[in-house]
Amino acid sequence: MRTSLLTSGRTATALTMLAMASTVALPYRANAETVLRIGMTAADIPRTLGQPDQGFEGNRFTGLTMYDALTMWDLSSATKASVVIPGLATDWKVDEADKTKWTFKLRPGVTFHDGTPFNADAVVWNVDKVLNKEAPQFDASQVGVTASRMPTLVSAKKIDDMTVELTTKEPDSFLPINLTNLFMVSPSKWQVLYERAEGADAKAKSQAAWAAFAKDAAGTGPWKMAKFTPRERLELVKNDAYWDKARVPKTDRMVLLPMPEANARTAALLSGQVDWIEAPAPDAVKEITARGFKIEKNEQPHVWPWQFSRIEGSPWNDIRVRKAANLCIDREGLRDGLLAGLMVPATGTFEPGHPWRGHPNFQIKYDLPAAQKLMKEAGFGPDKKLSVKVQTSASGSGQMLPLPMNEYLQQALAECYFDVKLDVIEWNTLFTNWRRGVKDPSANGSNATNVTYAAMDPFFALVRFLQSSMAPPVSNNWGYINNPKFDELVKKARTTFNAEERDKALADLNAASIDDAAFLYVAHDVGPRALSPKVKGFVQPKSWFVDFSPVSIAP
Amino acid sequence: MLVYIARRLVYVIPIVVSVALVCFMLVHITPGDPLVAVLPADASQELAAQLRAAYGFDRPLPVQFGLWLWKALHGDLGNSIATGRPVLSEVLRAVGNTVTLAIAAAIIGFSFGLLFGLLAGYFRDSWIDKVSTSIAIAGVSVPHYWLGMVLVIIFSVQLNWLPAVGAGPGGSGQWGWDWAHLKYLVLPAITTSVIPMGIVTRTVRALTGDILSQDFVEALRAKGLRETQVFRHVLKNAAPTALAVMGLQLGYMLGGSILIETVFSWPGSGLLLNSAIFQRDLPLLQGTILVLALFFVFLNLVVDIAQAAIDPRIKRA
Repeated sequence: MRTSLLTSGRTATALTMLAMASTVALPYRANAETVLRIGMTAADIPRTLGQPDQGFEGNRFTGLTMYDALTMWDLSSATKASVVIPGLATDWKVDEADKTKWTFKLRPGVTFHDGTPFNADAVVWNVDKVLNKEAPQFDASQVGVTASRMPTLVSAKKIDDMTVELTTKEPDSFLPINLTNLFMVSPSKWQVLYERAEGADAKAKSQAAWAAFAKDAAGTGPWKMAKFTPRERLELVKNDAYWDKARVPKTDRMVLLPMPEANARTAALLSGQVDWIEAPAPDAVKEITARGFKIEKNEQPHVWPWQFSRIEGSPWNDIRVRKAANLCIDREGLRDGLLAGLMVPATGTFEPGHPWRGHPNFQIKYDLPAAQKLMKEAGFGPDKKLSVKVQTSASGSGQMLPLPMNEYLQQALAECYFDVKLDVIEWNTLFTNWRRGVKDPSANGSNATNVTYAAMDPFFALVRFLQSSMAPPVSNNWGYINNPKFDELVKKARTTFNAEERDKALADLNAASIDDAAFLYVAHDVGPRALSPKVKGFVQPKSWFVDFSPVSIAP
Repeated sequence: MLVYIARRLVYVIPIVVSVALVCFMLVHITPGDPLVAVLPADASQELAAQLRAAYGFDRPLPVQFGLWLWKALHGDLGNSIATGRPVLSEVLRAVGNTVTLAIAAAIIGFSFGLLFGLLAGYFRDSWIDKVSTSIAIAGVSVPHYWLGMVLVIIFSVQLNWLPAVGAGPGGSGQWGWDWAHLKYLVLPAITTSVIPMGIVTRTVRALTGDILSQDFVEALRAKGLRETQVFRHVLKNAAPTALAVMGLQLGYMLGGSILIETVFSWPGSGLLLNSAIFQRDLPLLQGTILVLALFFVFLNLVVDIAQAAIDPRIKRA
């Protein structure tokens, strides 16, 4: 009895202490900082000074988080196409008399992270940082990733505090789309750093100011820079004063960690070191899902193609051959087998549901008899195979699994009387040849190239490949496509300033390219990422980008 | 001794210049555009030319080399193309992290290597020798990146005892010598240590066996020296060669391992090289290779001097 009393007394004391502890702990728990830790595929933190490097992964993590642009992508839906919406500009229109001049109305009440106001002066300053060589803030290292994505913009002029005029070198209806790539940084913050910077001349001081800015950045975005360790981690905290209250982050802190090795990322996720990883190792997907983690994926504006040579003597000049190749590939088989579901079969640059898809007559699908028939009509058969050579790489950004995928194509096309030779070269060499074109000796006699591309905006997705004037060395019309219909449609799209009509013109261009079987369209990447079950509220849009604001972490 | 050191220092000068030239040429003959990090393939030709001029890549190679070498001699390795940060600070930070990893791996690898080597040498052809030799062979044969992955799967993913990646809870910038940080070092250090451990074991085993079979050992025993005193003589005779081997191994480890540092996301010189290679960041690549090569040259110098100090015959030679 005594023991029992003693025991019950101890139990009561323990319970009382536990209750007290809980009372003390509860408010702490309620206020505990929530942290989202992400393992990126990048080997380094993308540049933080406003114009990130490392392609669209850079924009995803250090662009759209800390900065805004005049226009931005709608990333709120997993099912609808991601389209351009107002950002730091609320409204824009082209001058009816002079179609090279645009007026942008700016969003009032927006401040940079350093507390200074966003206004027309800031827009002009940010345009000058990449386009005006005489401006103190001009930075050559930011020009490449910016100017190439808005190739027609030449200058900006302040009309009043909340209005700017942008000028293009030729009429260009794509400008509002291209402006999603120009991020606005705080001129005042930079100026303070410039005045403190040391350097032999103005250029050296400017470089030092940008280097300092990269460590202590200020934009207008939903996340603010908190701590930066080069090559290791970037910590961002939520911007409570963000202008779009619906997009104030639901997580207090986001930690970005570069993890270039897929197995290392996967291990970090499975061991609980991070809550989210980009591009998990494909062969670990089963293990990841079996342990209760989620795989998120969606069709991305990305195309895995063969781009054909169209110079004299190319076997791809016969449209029957191009169509046969497109009908000869079992894309569903590729998806379900080799890629473990991590791709969407491509039937063109844009898929049905996208505003730029259009209504092509040629349906890209797996139809072996039709493909064989076309090849026979073109003069080939089991005893007379058509020899083609394609350049590819063993790895590379966006290339997915280039070698096994090309070997799959090689086997598939053999059924349609193609004799495919693969010329596997190093990724950067392939990429460099992409600019130099099929006539360059580095093409090594190939008549197709396998470089994947982003299809976010019309110029990147269609124009640079299909317009005849984009042939090397101007841009990426690698195979020297010269189709007057494409040129006409590009011109029409570029000079149609009503957004709906412009989209229709782009849809017509896309449909025309499918009808012409301009490329061998194979796959779209799906941007797979693996998330801890604690991660809530994430929506994966049909985009290279994601919105981290609605993401929360369950305790 | 001073003359010997001075002579060795003079030898270093042509080696350093040759290293600088070779690493400059090597990175410039690699295919691809050096501006790939800041210039997308879709950039216009005009823009590409403008940036090439801005970064000085439009100048003849000998001019580029001369300018780079001149700046390097003044302690300026230029700025990274990809990040804009000074190369020297990037390299020194990374080398610091690699040194931490290399020292930890050296402590593990050399301790076990010496232990297994001496045991195997002393107890030649016994089961102790067989076990030690097997461990040594496994150490040099197992691909270390594979071992790293296996260790991560066991100790991080399955047991959750140790972190899988990184250099501390707050990154290497906040490194501390407590368990919270040291646990990040355990798996990469063990993985890095297996090859040097195997090589040191095999070297010391062979040396010990060889020395024990020499006449002077018999003479020492005949004079009535205790086995510990004989052991001291064996150690002293084995030390110069073992030291040279350990010095080389330490040099390799200080050079960083691209594979191990990538597997563990350890922010050392190997990971930096990996990043510089993939981004075609020529100034960073040149700077990193140069600093690591110099490190290796000076480490060899230190080992040579240490060997001469231990064994006067080397100095005379």
